[in-house]
Amino acid sequence: MQSYGVFDIIGPRMVGPSSSHTAGATRIGRMAGKIAGNDIKKASVTLYGSFATTGPGHGTDKAVIAGILGCEPDDPRLRYAMLLAKEADVEVSISYSDEPSDHPNTARIEIESGDGKKTFVTGASVGGGSILITEVNGMDVEFSGEYPTLIVRHNDQPGVINMVTLILSKENINVAFMRVFRHAKRSDACMVIETDTPVNDRVCQLIKDWCEPVTEVMAI
Amino acid sequence: MRGYTFKSGEELLSLCRGNSMTISDVMRAREAEESERASEAINSEMQKNLEVMRTSVGEGLTGELKSVSGLTGGDAALLMARAERVSLSGSETLRAVASSMAVAEVNASMGRIVAAPTAGASGILPGVLFECAGRFGWSDGELISGLFTAGAVGMLIAMNASLSGAEGGCQAETGSAAAMAAAALTELSGGTPEQALTAAAIAIKNILGLVCDPVAGLVECPCIKRNALGAANALIAADMALAGIKSLIPFDEMVSAMRAVGRSISPDLRETARGGCAATATGKEIMRQMKLEGGE
Repeated sequence: MQSYGVFDIIGPRMVGPSSSHTAGATRIGRMAGKIAGNDIKKASVTLYGSFATTGPGHGTDKAVIAGILGCEPDDPRLRYAMLLAKEADVEVSISYSDEPSDHPNTARIEIESGDGKKTFVTGASVGGGSILITEVNGMDVEFSGEYPTLIVRHNDQPGVINMVTLILSKENINVAFMRVFRHAKRSDACMVIETDTPVNDRVCQLIKDWCEPVTEVMAI
Repeated sequence: MRGYTFKSGEELLSLCRGNSMTISDVMRAREAEESERASEAINSEMQKNLEVMRTSVGEGLTGELKSVSGLTGGDAALLMARAERVSLSGSETLRAVASSMAVAEVNASMGRIVAAPTAGASGILPGVLFECAGRFGWSDGELISGLFTAGAVGMLIAMNASLSGAEGGCQAETGSAAAMAAAALTELSGGTPEQALTAAAIAIKNILGLVCDPVAGLVECPCIKRNALGAANALIAADMALAGIKSLIPFDEMVSAMRAVGRSISPDLRETARGGCAATATGKEIMRQMKLEGGE
Protein backbone atom coordinates (compact mmCIF):
# COMPACT_ATOMS: atom_id res chain seq x y z
CA MET A 1 0.00 0.00 0.00
CA GLN A 2 1.47 3.33 -1.09
CA SER A 3 1.93 6.00 1.54
CA TYR A 4 0.59 9.53 1.16
CA GLY A 5 0.91 12.84 2.97
CA VAL A 6 -1.94 15.31 3.36
CA PHE A 7 -0.41 17.59 0.71
CA ASP A 8 -0.47 14.80 -1.88
CA ILE A 9 -4.25 14.91 -1.51
CA ILE A 10 -4.89 18.64 -0.90
CA GLY A 11 -2.37 19.96 -3.39
CA PRO A 12 -0.28 20.69 -5.26
CA ARG A 13 -1.04 24.32 -6.01
CA MET A 14 -0.79 24.43 -9.78
CA VAL A 15 -1.88 26.11 -12.96
CA GLY A 16 -4.53 24.02 -14.73
CA PRO A 17 -6.01 22.37 -16.54
CA SER A 18 -4.08 19.11 -16.27
CA SER A 19 -1.41 17.75 -13.96
CA SER A 20 0.11 15.66 -16.76
CA HIS A 21 -0.42 17.97 -19.76
CA THR A 22 0.23 21.30 -17.99
CA ALA A 23 2.14 20.86 -14.71
CA GLY A 24 4.24 17.94 -16.02
CA ALA A 25 4.90 19.79 -19.28
CA THR A 26 6.15 22.81 -17.30
CA ARG A 27 8.52 20.56 -15.35
CA ILE A 28 9.98 19.05 -18.54
CA GLY A 29 10.59 22.57 -19.89
CA ARG A 30 12.18 23.64 -16.59
CA MET A 31 14.61 20.72 -16.63
CA ALA A 32 15.60 21.54 -20.22
CA GLY A 33 16.11 25.20 -19.30
CA LYS A 34 18.23 24.26 -16.29
CA ILE A 35 20.36 21.88 -18.33
CA ALA A 36 20.91 24.55 -21.00
CA GLY A 37 21.84 27.15 -18.38
CA ASN A 38 21.47 30.91 -18.69
CA ASP A 39 21.54 32.89 -21.89
CA ILE A 40 18.91 30.95 -23.85
CA LYS A 41 18.38 32.49 -27.30
CA LYS A 42 16.19 29.98 -29.10
CA ALA A 43 13.94 27.09 -28.12
CA SER A 44 12.25 24.63 -30.46
CA VAL A 45 9.71 22.26 -28.94
CA THR A 46 8.23 19.17 -30.58
CA LEU A 47 5.23 17.55 -28.94
CA TYR A 48 4.37 13.87 -29.46
CA GLY A 49 1.45 11.55 -28.78
CA SER A 50 -1.29 12.91 -26.58
CA PHE A 51 0.83 16.04 -26.02
CA ALA A 52 0.44 16.68 -29.78
CA THR A 53 -3.26 15.86 -30.10
CA THR A 54 -4.66 17.45 -26.92
CA GLY A 55 -1.73 19.74 -26.11
CA PRO A 56 -3.17 22.93 -27.59
CA GLY A 57 -6.35 22.60 -25.49
CA HIS A 58 -4.32 21.91 -22.36
CA GLY A 59 -1.87 24.76 -22.91
CA THR A 60 0.97 22.20 -23.14
CA ASP A 61 2.84 24.40 -25.64
CA LYS A 62 2.72 27.42 -23.30
CA ALA A 63 3.58 25.26 -20.28
CA VAL A 64 6.76 23.86 -21.87
CA ILE A 65 7.91 27.31 -23.01
CA ALA A 66 7.20 28.89 -19.61
CA GLY A 67 9.15 26.04 -18.00
CA ILE A 68 12.15 26.63 -20.28
CA LEU A 69 12.03 30.27 -19.15
CA GLY A 70 12.20 29.13 -15.52
CA CYS A 71 8.54 29.16 -14.41
CA GLU A 72 7.31 26.68 -11.79
CA PRO A 73 4.06 24.71 -12.40
CA ASP A 74 2.11 27.09 -10.10
CA ASP A 75 3.28 30.29 -11.79
CA PRO A 76 0.21 32.27 -12.92
CA ARG A 77 2.23 33.64 -15.86
CA LEU A 78 2.10 30.24 -17.61
CA ARG A 79 -0.76 31.33 -19.82
CA TYR A 80 1.31 34.31 -21.03
CA ALA A 81 4.36 32.18 -21.91
CA MET A 82 4.64 33.49 -25.47
CA LEU A 83 4.71 37.07 -24.15
CA LEU A 84 7.33 36.10 -21.55
CA ALA A 85 9.49 34.63 -24.31
CA LYS A 86 9.21 37.84 -26.32
CA GLU A 87 10.17 39.93 -23.28
CA ALA A 88 13.14 37.65 -22.56
CA ASP A 89 14.12 37.89 -26.23
CA VAL A 90 13.93 34.12 -26.71
CA GLU A 91 12.81 32.92 -30.13
CA VAL A 92 10.39 30.00 -29.74
CA SER A 93 8.75 27.54 -32.09
CA ILE A 94 6.35 24.67 -31.47
CA SER A 95 5.67 21.74 -33.72
CA TYR A 96 3.37 18.76 -33.40
CA SER A 97 4.50 15.33 -34.51
CA ASP A 98 2.45 12.25 -35.25
CA GLU A 99 5.51 10.01 -35.09
CA PRO A 100 5.30 7.35 -32.37
CA SER A 101 7.12 7.96 -29.08
CA ASP A 102 7.91 5.64 -26.16
CA HIS A 103 5.49 7.46 -23.89
CA PRO A 104 2.27 9.16 -25.10
CA ASN A 105 3.06 12.46 -23.34
CA THR A 106 6.48 13.31 -24.73
CA ALA A 107 8.21 16.61 -25.50
CA ARG A 108 11.54 17.02 -27.28
CA ILE A 109 13.27 20.34 -26.73
CA GLU A 110 16.16 21.88 -28.58
CA ILE A 111 17.73 24.96 -27.01
CA GLU A 112 20.32 27.26 -28.56
CA SER A 113 22.37 29.44 -26.22
CA GLY A 114 23.94 32.83 -26.90
CA ASP A 115 27.37 31.24 -27.42
CA GLY A 116 25.96 28.87 -30.05
CA LYS A 117 25.86 25.84 -27.72
CA LYS A 118 22.99 23.46 -28.42
CA THR A 119 21.14 21.42 -25.80
CA PHE A 120 18.74 18.59 -26.55
CA VAL A 121 16.37 17.24 -23.90
CA THR A 122 13.53 14.74 -24.21
CA GLY A 123 11.08 14.16 -21.40
CA ALA A 124 7.81 12.39 -20.73
CA SER A 125 4.99 13.35 -18.40
CA VAL A 126 4.19 10.08 -16.65
CA GLY A 127 1.12 11.02 -14.60
CA GLY A 128 0.09 13.23 -11.70
CA GLY A 129 2.59 15.90 -12.75
CA SER A 130 5.61 13.59 -12.40
CA ILE A 131 8.10 13.48 -15.24
CA LEU A 132 10.91 11.36 -16.59
CA ILE A 133 13.78 12.90 -18.54
CA THR A 134 14.80 10.28 -21.09
CA GLU A 135 17.45 12.00 -23.21
CA VAL A 136 20.06 14.68 -22.66
CA ASN A 137 22.27 15.71 -25.60
CA GLY A 138 21.91 12.38 -27.35
CA MET A 139 22.51 10.27 -24.24
CA ASP A 140 19.70 7.98 -23.14
CA VAL A 141 19.11 8.67 -19.45
CA GLU A 142 16.32 8.28 -16.94
CA PHE A 143 15.67 10.63 -14.03
CA SER A 144 12.69 12.35 -12.45
CA GLY A 145 14.11 15.74 -11.49
CA GLU A 146 12.63 15.34 -8.01
CA TYR A 147 16.14 15.15 -6.52
CA PRO A 148 19.27 17.18 -7.21
CA THR A 149 20.69 15.36 -10.21
CA LEU A 150 24.27 15.03 -11.36
CA ILE A 151 24.96 13.96 -14.94
CA VAL A 152 28.51 12.81 -15.55
CA ARG A 153 29.58 12.03 -19.09
CA HIS A 154 32.66 9.85 -19.34
CA ASN A 155 34.54 7.21 -21.30
CA ASP A 156 33.46 3.74 -20.27
CA GLN A 157 36.35 2.10 -18.39
CA PRO A 158 36.88 0.38 -15.01
CA GLY A 159 37.04 2.56 -11.93
CA VAL A 160 35.31 5.75 -13.12
CA ILE A 161 32.19 5.18 -11.01
CA ASN A 162 34.39 4.54 -8.00
CA MET A 163 36.30 7.79 -8.52
CA VAL A 164 33.14 9.88 -8.84
CA THR A 165 31.34 8.33 -5.89
CA LEU A 166 34.49 8.60 -3.76
CA ILE A 167 34.48 12.37 -4.26
CA LEU A 168 30.78 12.51 -3.38
CA SER A 169 31.38 10.49 -0.22
CA LYS A 170 34.29 12.73 0.82
CA GLU A 171 31.95 15.70 0.37
CA ASN A 172 29.33 13.96 2.50
CA ILE A 173 26.82 13.83 -0.36
CA ASN A 174 24.47 10.86 -0.12
CA VAL A 175 23.44 9.08 -3.32
CA ALA A 176 19.71 8.35 -3.49
CA PHE A 177 19.57 6.70 -6.94
CA MET A 178 22.18 6.00 -9.56
CA ARG A 179 22.14 4.59 -13.07
CA VAL A 180 24.84 4.18 -15.71
CA PHE A 181 24.17 4.25 -19.44
CA ARG A 182 26.51 3.72 -22.37
CA HIS A 183 26.42 3.71 -26.14
CA ALA A 184 28.77 0.71 -26.43
CA LYS A 185 31.51 -1.04 -24.46
CA ARG A 186 34.51 1.28 -23.84
CA SER A 187 32.84 4.23 -25.54
CA ASP A 188 30.78 7.27 -24.57
CA ALA A 189 28.93 6.63 -21.30
CA CYS A 190 26.94 8.57 -18.77
CA MET A 191 26.12 8.33 -15.06
CA VAL A 192 22.97 9.84 -13.67
CA ILE A 193 23.27 10.31 -9.93
CA GLU A 194 20.34 11.59 -7.89
CA THR A 195 21.48 12.89 -4.51
CA ASP A 196 19.84 13.96 -1.25
CA THR A 197 21.72 17.28 -1.15
CA PRO A 198 22.72 19.48 -4.12
CA VAL A 199 26.13 19.15 -5.73
CA ASN A 200 27.77 22.57 -6.06
CA ASP A 201 30.10 23.94 -8.76
CA ARG A 202 33.20 23.29 -6.68
CA VAL A 203 32.41 19.57 -6.40
CA CYS A 204 31.62 19.40 -10.13
CA GLN A 205 35.02 20.93 -10.82
CA LEU A 206 36.68 18.42 -8.45
CA ILE A 207 35.13 15.56 -10.41
CA LYS A 208 36.32 17.05 -13.70
CA ASP A 209 39.85 17.64 -12.35
CA TRP A 210 40.36 14.30 -10.62
CA CYS A 211 38.59 11.84 -12.90
CA GLU A 212 40.45 11.80 -16.17
CA PRO A 213 37.89 9.75 -18.16
CA VAL A 214 35.16 12.29 -17.30
CA THR A 215 34.37 14.62 -20.18
CA GLU A 216 31.44 16.63 -18.86
CA VAL A 217 29.74 17.25 -15.50
CA MET A 218 26.32 18.81 -15.14
CA ALA A 219 24.51 19.48 -11.87
CA ILE A 220 20.79 20.16 -12.09
CA MET B 1 4.19 1.54 14.53
CA ARG B 2 3.64 5.24 14.90
CA GLY B 3 0.90 6.62 17.10
CA TYR B 4 -1.37 8.13 14.47
CA THR B 5 -1.01 5.71 11.56
CA PHE B 6 -4.27 4.57 10.00
CA LYS B 7 -5.07 2.64 6.86
CA SER B 8 -8.84 2.36 7.03
CA GLY B 9 -11.82 4.39 8.13
CA GLU B 10 -12.30 2.02 11.06
CA GLU B 11 -8.72 2.59 12.27
CA LEU B 12 -9.20 6.34 11.87
CA LEU B 13 -12.40 6.27 13.93
CA SER B 14 -10.78 4.24 16.67
CA LEU B 15 -7.94 6.80 16.89
CA CYS B 16 -10.59 9.55 17.15
CA ARG B 17 -12.46 7.69 19.89
CA GLY B 18 -9.35 6.63 21.80
CA ASN B 19 -7.90 10.15 21.94
CA SER B 20 -11.14 12.16 21.94
CA MET B 21 -9.98 13.81 18.73
CA THR B 22 -11.69 14.96 15.54
CA ILE B 23 -10.65 13.55 12.15
CA SER B 24 -8.77 16.78 11.39
CA ASP B 25 -6.88 16.51 14.72
CA VAL B 26 -5.77 12.96 13.91
CA MET B 27 -4.80 13.86 10.34
CA ARG B 28 -2.74 16.83 11.53
CA ALA B 29 -1.01 14.69 14.15
CA ARG B 30 -0.32 11.99 11.56
CA GLU B 31 1.16 14.54 9.13
CA ALA B 32 3.42 15.97 11.86
CA GLU B 33 4.61 12.45 12.66
CA GLU B 34 5.20 11.34 9.07
CA SER B 35 6.80 14.54 7.78
CA GLU B 36 8.67 15.31 11.02
CA ARG B 37 7.56 18.93 10.68
CA ALA B 38 6.11 21.18 13.36
CA SER B 39 2.35 21.55 13.27
CA GLU B 40 2.70 25.35 12.73
CA ALA B 41 4.61 24.68 9.50
CA ILE B 42 1.97 22.21 8.36
CA ASN B 43 -0.82 24.65 9.17
CA SER B 44 0.86 27.50 7.32
CA GLU B 45 1.38 25.28 4.27
CA MET B 46 -2.34 24.46 4.35
CA GLN B 47 -3.15 28.16 4.76
CA LYS B 48 -1.36 28.75 1.43
CA ASN B 49 -3.62 26.18 -0.21
CA LEU B 50 -6.66 27.88 1.33
CA GLU B 51 -5.59 31.27 -0.07
CA VAL B 52 -5.17 29.90 -3.60
CA MET B 53 -8.60 28.24 -3.28
CA ARG B 54 -10.20 31.51 -2.16
CA THR B 55 -8.63 33.46 -5.04
CA SER B 56 -9.70 30.84 -7.57
CA VAL B 57 -13.37 31.07 -6.51
CA GLY B 58 -13.32 34.86 -6.89
CA GLU B 59 -11.49 34.76 -10.21
CA GLY B 60 -13.92 32.25 -11.68
CA LEU B 61 -17.00 34.23 -10.70
CA THR B 62 -15.95 37.33 -12.65
CA GLY B 63 -17.35 35.59 -15.74
CA GLU B 64 -14.49 36.89 -17.87
CA LEU B 65 -12.54 33.67 -18.33
CA LYS B 66 -12.45 31.52 -21.44
CA SER B 67 -10.82 28.10 -21.48
CA VAL B 68 -7.63 27.58 -23.47
CA SER B 69 -9.60 25.66 -26.10
CA GLY B 70 -12.32 28.32 -26.20
CA LEU B 71 -14.98 25.67 -25.54
CA THR B 72 -16.06 26.75 -22.06
CA GLY B 73 -16.16 29.66 -19.63
CA GLY B 74 -18.65 32.05 -18.06
CA ASP B 75 -21.18 29.46 -16.88
CA ALA B 76 -20.36 29.87 -13.19
CA ALA B 77 -21.21 33.57 -13.39
CA LEU B 78 -24.51 32.80 -15.15
CA LEU B 79 -25.47 30.34 -12.43
CA MET B 80 -24.44 32.74 -9.65
CA ALA B 81 -26.65 35.44 -11.17
CA ARG B 82 -29.60 33.05 -11.07
CA ALA B 83 -28.78 32.04 -7.49
CA GLU B 84 -29.08 35.70 -6.50
CA ARG B 85 -32.51 36.07 -8.19
CA VAL B 86 -34.57 32.92 -8.01
CA SER B 87 -33.78 29.24 -8.17
CA LEU B 88 -35.25 25.80 -7.84
CA SER B 89 -32.44 24.34 -5.77
CA GLY B 90 -32.23 27.19 -3.26
CA SER B 91 -29.82 30.10 -3.37
CA GLU B 92 -27.37 28.66 -0.80
CA THR B 93 -26.97 25.36 -2.63
CA LEU B 94 -26.75 27.09 -5.97
CA ARG B 95 -24.12 29.55 -4.74
CA ALA B 96 -21.91 26.65 -3.62
CA VAL B 97 -22.50 24.86 -6.92
CA ALA B 98 -21.65 28.01 -8.92
CA SER B 99 -18.51 28.55 -6.84
CA SER B 100 -17.37 25.00 -7.57
CA MET B 101 -17.91 25.53 -11.28
CA ALA B 102 -16.00 28.80 -10.99
CA VAL B 103 -12.85 27.03 -9.83
CA ALA B 104 -13.23 24.35 -12.51
CA GLU B 105 -13.46 27.14 -15.11
CA VAL B 106 -10.35 28.81 -13.69
CA ASN B 107 -8.58 25.47 -14.05
CA ALA B 108 -9.66 25.15 -17.70
CA SER B 109 -8.39 28.68 -18.44
CA MET B 110 -4.84 27.98 -17.20
CA GLY B 111 -5.55 29.70 -13.91
CA ARG B 112 -4.07 28.71 -10.56
CA ILE B 113 -5.94 26.13 -8.47
CA VAL B 114 -5.24 23.56 -5.76
CA ALA B 115 -5.60 19.95 -6.90
CA ALA B 116 -8.16 18.55 -4.43
CA PRO B 117 -7.64 15.70 -4.96
CA THR B 118 -7.02 16.32 -8.70
CA ALA B 119 -7.05 19.37 -10.98
CA GLY B 120 -10.15 18.06 -12.76
CA ALA B 121 -12.10 17.89 -9.48
CA SER B 122 -10.54 20.98 -7.92
CA GLY B 123 -13.78 23.01 -7.67
CA ILE B 124 -15.82 20.94 -5.24
CA LEU B 125 -13.99 21.51 -1.93
CA PRO B 126 -13.41 25.27 -2.25
CA GLY B 127 -16.90 25.81 -3.68
CA VAL B 128 -18.79 24.30 -0.75
CA LEU B 129 -16.33 25.38 1.96
CA PHE B 130 -16.31 29.08 1.16
CA GLU B 131 -20.05 29.29 0.56
CA CYS B 132 -20.80 27.66 3.93
CA ALA B 133 -18.07 29.69 5.65
CA GLY B 134 -19.90 32.83 4.56
CA ARG B 135 -23.16 31.61 6.06
CA PHE B 136 -21.92 30.00 9.27
CA GLY B 137 -19.00 32.33 10.00
CA TRP B 138 -16.32 29.63 9.83
CA SER B 139 -12.87 31.11 10.42
CA ASP B 140 -9.82 30.36 8.27
CA GLY B 141 -8.59 28.16 11.11
CA GLU B 142 -11.77 26.11 10.91
CA LEU B 143 -11.57 25.90 7.12
CA ILE B 144 -8.00 24.64 7.42
CA SER B 145 -9.24 21.93 9.77
CA GLY B 146 -11.84 21.08 7.14
CA LEU B 147 -9.07 20.62 4.59
CA PHE B 148 -7.29 18.18 6.91
CA THR B 149 -10.51 16.20 7.35
CA ALA B 150 -10.97 16.17 3.58
CA GLY B 151 -7.33 15.12 3.23
CA ALA B 152 -7.88 12.15 5.55
CA VAL B 153 -10.82 10.88 3.49
CA GLY B 154 -8.94 11.44 0.21
CA MET B 155 -5.92 9.62 1.58
CA LEU B 156 -8.01 6.61 2.59
CA ILE B 157 -9.48 6.47 -0.92
CA ALA B 158 -6.01 6.83 -2.48
CA MET B 159 -4.68 3.98 -0.32
CA ASN B 160 -7.60 1.61 -0.78
CA ALA B 161 -8.98 2.54 -4.22
CA SER B 162 -7.78 5.35 -6.53
CA LEU B 163 -8.06 9.10 -7.10
CA SER B 164 -7.23 8.92 -10.79
CA GLY B 165 -9.79 9.07 -13.58
CA ALA B 166 -7.55 6.90 -15.75
CA GLU B 167 -7.68 4.15 -13.12
CA GLY B 168 -11.10 4.53 -11.56
CA GLY B 169 -13.24 6.78 -13.75
CA CYS B 170 -14.85 10.04 -12.66
CA GLN B 171 -16.10 8.45 -9.44
CA ALA B 172 -12.43 8.44 -8.39
CA GLU B 173 -12.07 12.17 -9.08
CA THR B 174 -15.28 14.16 -8.52
CA GLY B 175 -16.69 11.30 -6.41
CA SER B 176 -13.70 11.37 -4.09
CA ALA B 177 -13.77 15.16 -3.96
CA ALA B 178 -17.45 15.07 -2.99
CA ALA B 179 -16.77 12.47 -0.28
CA MET B 180 -13.88 14.57 1.04
CA ALA B 181 -15.99 17.73 1.05
CA ALA B 182 -18.95 15.97 2.67
CA ALA B 183 -16.76 14.79 5.56
CA ALA B 184 -15.27 18.27 6.00
CA LEU B 185 -18.71 19.95 6.03
CA THR B 186 -19.99 17.42 8.55
CA GLU B 187 -17.12 17.94 10.97
CA LEU B 188 -17.27 21.75 10.63
CA SER B 189 -21.02 21.59 11.35
CA GLY B 190 -20.36 19.81 14.64
CA GLY B 191 -20.90 16.25 13.44
CA THR B 192 -19.03 13.34 15.02
CA PRO B 193 -16.16 11.55 13.24
CA GLU B 194 -18.59 8.65 12.59
CA GLN B 195 -21.05 11.05 10.95
CA ALA B 196 -18.25 12.56 8.84
CA LEU B 197 -17.36 9.15 7.39
CA THR B 198 -21.05 8.35 6.96
CA ALA B 199 -21.36 11.51 4.86
CA ALA B 200 -18.35 10.41 2.79
CA ALA B 201 -19.85 6.93 2.32
CA ILE B 202 -23.17 8.40 1.16
CA ALA B 203 -21.42 10.74 -1.30
CA ILE B 204 -19.55 7.79 -2.83
CA LYS B 205 -22.74 5.75 -3.05
CA ASN B 206 -24.43 8.56 -4.97
CA ILE B 207 -21.94 8.55 -7.84
CA LEU B 208 -20.59 4.99 -7.78
CA GLY B 209 -19.65 3.99 -11.31
CA LEU B 210 -19.49 7.47 -12.84
CA VAL B 211 -17.30 7.28 -15.94
CA CYS B 212 -14.51 9.61 -17.08
CA ASP B 213 -15.28 10.64 -20.68
CA PRO B 214 -13.74 14.04 -21.42
CA VAL B 215 -14.63 15.48 -24.82
CA ALA B 216 -11.46 15.78 -26.94
CA GLY B 217 -9.51 14.66 -23.86
CA LEU B 218 -9.83 18.13 -22.32
CA VAL B 219 -10.65 18.84 -18.67
CA GLU B 220 -13.78 20.80 -19.62
CA CYS B 221 -16.84 18.90 -20.82
CA PRO B 222 -18.31 17.22 -18.81
CA CYS B 223 -15.78 17.92 -16.00
CA ILE B 224 -16.93 21.46 -15.14
CA LYS B 225 -20.57 20.43 -14.73
CA ARG B 226 -19.53 17.37 -12.74
CA ASN B 227 -17.82 19.69 -10.29
CA ALA B 228 -21.22 21.36 -9.95
CA LEU B 229 -22.91 18.04 -9.28
CA GLY B 230 -20.13 17.05 -6.87
CA ALA B 231 -20.76 20.16 -4.78
CA ALA B 232 -24.48 19.39 -4.54
CA ASN B 233 -23.67 15.76 -3.71
CA ALA B 234 -21.35 16.87 -0.88
CA LEU B 235 -23.92 19.23 0.65
CA ILE B 236 -26.74 16.70 0.52
CA ALA B 237 -24.61 13.82 1.83
CA ALA B 238 -23.43 15.98 4.75
CA ASP B 239 -26.98 17.08 5.57
CA MET B 240 -28.15 13.46 5.51
CA ALA B 241 -25.42 12.37 7.92
CA LEU B 242 -26.07 15.36 10.20
CA ALA B 243 -29.77 14.52 10.20
CA GLY B 244 -28.85 11.19 11.76
CA ILE B 245 -29.25 9.06 8.63
CA LYS B 246 -26.87 6.10 8.63
CA SER B 247 -25.10 4.49 5.71
CA LEU B 248 -26.10 0.84 5.64
CA ILE B 249 -22.80 0.10 3.91
CA PRO B 250 -19.84 1.39 5.97
CA PHE B 251 -17.30 3.84 4.49
CA ASP B 252 -14.49 1.26 4.14
CA GLU B 253 -16.74 -1.11 2.22
CA MET B 254 -17.88 1.71 -0.07
CA VAL B 255 -14.23 2.49 -0.84
CA SER B 256 -13.63 -1.20 -1.67
CA ALA B 257 -16.72 -1.15 -3.88
CA MET B 258 -15.39 1.93 -5.63
CA ARG B 259 -12.11 0.15 -6.32
CA ALA B 260 -13.87 -2.94 -7.71
CA VAL B 261 -16.25 -0.87 -9.83
CA GLY B 262 -13.35 1.25 -11.14
CA ARG B 263 -11.56 -1.87 -12.31
CA SER B 264 -14.62 -3.12 -14.13
CA ILE B 265 -15.17 0.16 -16.02
CA SER B 266 -14.07 -0.26 -19.64
CA PRO B 267 -10.82 1.54 -20.50
CA ASP B 268 -12.85 3.46 -23.11
CA LEU B 269 -14.54 5.19 -20.17
CA ARG B 270 -11.43 5.94 -18.13
CA GLU B 271 -10.01 9.24 -19.39
CA THR B 272 -9.15 7.93 -22.85
CA ALA B 273 -11.77 10.10 -24.60
CA ARG B 274 -13.08 7.05 -26.47
CA GLY B 275 -16.50 6.64 -24.84
CA GLY B 276 -19.42 8.44 -23.24
CA CYS B 277 -19.65 12.18 -23.93
CA ALA B 278 -16.42 12.02 -25.95
CA ALA B 279 -17.86 9.40 -28.32
CA THR B 280 -21.03 11.32 -29.19
CA ALA B 281 -21.30 12.83 -32.68
CA THR B 282 -20.74 16.31 -31.23
CA GLY B 283 -17.90 15.12 -29.03
CA LYS B 284 -16.14 13.54 -31.99
CA GLU B 285 -16.60 16.65 -34.14
CA ILE B 286 -15.04 18.83 -31.42
CA MET B 287 -12.13 16.38 -31.18
CA ARG B 288 -11.65 16.60 -34.98
CA GLN B 289 -11.56 20.39 -34.91
CA MET B 290 -9.09 20.45 -32.01
CA LYS B 291 -6.77 18.16 -33.93
CA LEU B 292 -6.93 20.46 -36.96
CA GLU B 293 -5.91 23.41 -34.81
CA GLY B 294 -3.10 21.55 -33.08
CA GLY B 295 -1.29 18.46 -34.19
CA GLU B 296 -1.78 18.26 -37.94
